Amino acid sequence: MTTSESAGAPVEVSDASFESDVLASKTPVLVDFWATWCGPCKMVAPVLAEIAAEAAGQLTVAKLDVDANPETARNFQVVSIPTLILFKDGEPVKRIIGAKGKAALLRELSEAVPEVG
Amino acid sequence: MTSDTTVHEVIVIGSGPAGYTAALYAARAQLTPVVFEGTSFGGALMTTTEVENYPGFRDGITGPELMDQMREQALRFGADLRMEDVDAVSLDGPVKSVATADGQTVQARAVILAMGAAARYLGVPGEQELLGRGVSSCATCDGFFFRDQDIAVIGGGDSAMEEATFLTKFARSVTVVHRREEFRASKIMLNRARGNDKIRFITNSVVLAVEGDTTVTGLRLRDTTSGQESTLAVTGVFVAIGHDPRSDLVRGAVDLDPDGYVLVDGNTTYTSLDGVFAAGDLVDRTYRQAVTAAGTGCAAAIDAERWLADREDSAHDTPTKAAGTPTAAAL
Repeated sequence: MTTSESAGAPVEVSDASFESDVLASKTPVLVDFWATWCGPCKMVAPVLAEIAAEAAGQLTVAKLDVDANPETARNFQVVSIPTLILFKDGEPVKRIIGAKGKAALLRELSEAVPEVG
Repeated sequence: MTSDTTVHEVIVIGSGPAGYTAALYAARAQLTPVVFEGTSFGGALMTTTEVENYPGFRDGITGPELMDQMREQALRFGADLRMEDVDAVSLDGPVKSVATADGQTVQARAVILAMGAAARYLGVPGEQELLGRGVSSCATCDGFFFRDQDIAVIGGGDSAMEEATFLTKFARSVTVVHRREEFRASKIMLNRARGNDKIRFITNSVVLAVEGDTTVTGLRLRDTTSGQESTLAVTGVFVAIGHDPRSDLVRGAVDLDPDGYVLVDGNTTYTSLDGVFAAGDLVDRTYRQAVTAAGTGCAAAIDAERWLADREDSAHDTPTKAAGTPTAAAL
């Protein structure tokens, strides 16, 4: 379950980089709000890595550690992790709470990003 | 849509202590088990903080760490772990098949069911609407977000006490709401919670509703002795009222008890269907511990291994009646 550093791998974002990496992004960005102490977050991580690789170009997968970056989590009222928020043109368009399977995730994502799935 | 025509020896569905232990034993017996871990791999322990009662870890170990160890141990002996969720099963006859959510079908001679149990919810107004917005079933995941706030834990068992105690690390106060006077929790857990001055108890009270618009603002309670209703102002609600067996997948295929637990034959892991075995919290309504789940997972792998070996033998002895031959151990 290792993630390669190649293109199509999830990117790390922070409170400081959120504006430029997520809100200003031309491609839709799926942000995974997670933390090291969250078991279910570990469950979604490999699924997100797969989605990142397969949807490279159409969708960026970003990971935000809420422990180190509480401000962004607070701004988007994240009080439960894992929470995935899909940003399109700087706006949150979809919120998925809790660990879900790849098929279920792709189904939900494809509503907002038809190229995915 | 791939469909694998190989008939494997054994498929394990589930990835808690029962599933991984079954996988470990089956792998060591060279049955190369295909294990459907599902998206909630690791099972209930993935949302547990410290596991202090798993023998061999005298200083305790966190739930996710323990599960990671079991997973890696199963992998080391060649278990074929797959993260997909199982969508449907066909368990009749000599070749069983399992279909995943993404359209694959895998076949095997034997199947071990170890899907565990899922956290139960209250089923009151507001609860599902505010799930992830103040209502949580995972204290270890979400406690962090309730720093210096007043929150509630619903339940009277060990998990409720563990969560309440854990949540005092963050919260200003934790109120344990329990519908009875007596607690099912073990003495050590209950006393630990009672000794914590951030925790208070409301007993003989049921939750009528979770209140709040976009986030939780309170709980509507009714005192079961006086009938009086009241509101408890909290911003977080952690539900720890028990678990239900995740047997929907096999409902109608194997015999279940009225509460949905898979029925097994006496002291074994044999279900009502030949070649189908069950272990862990899916079966166990009494003990429900990581170590007992691991124990029955081991038993299921051994039962499956012997069942497969018996069929091999009888296939060689009397090739014509190999399929569907009842084994001596079944019933």
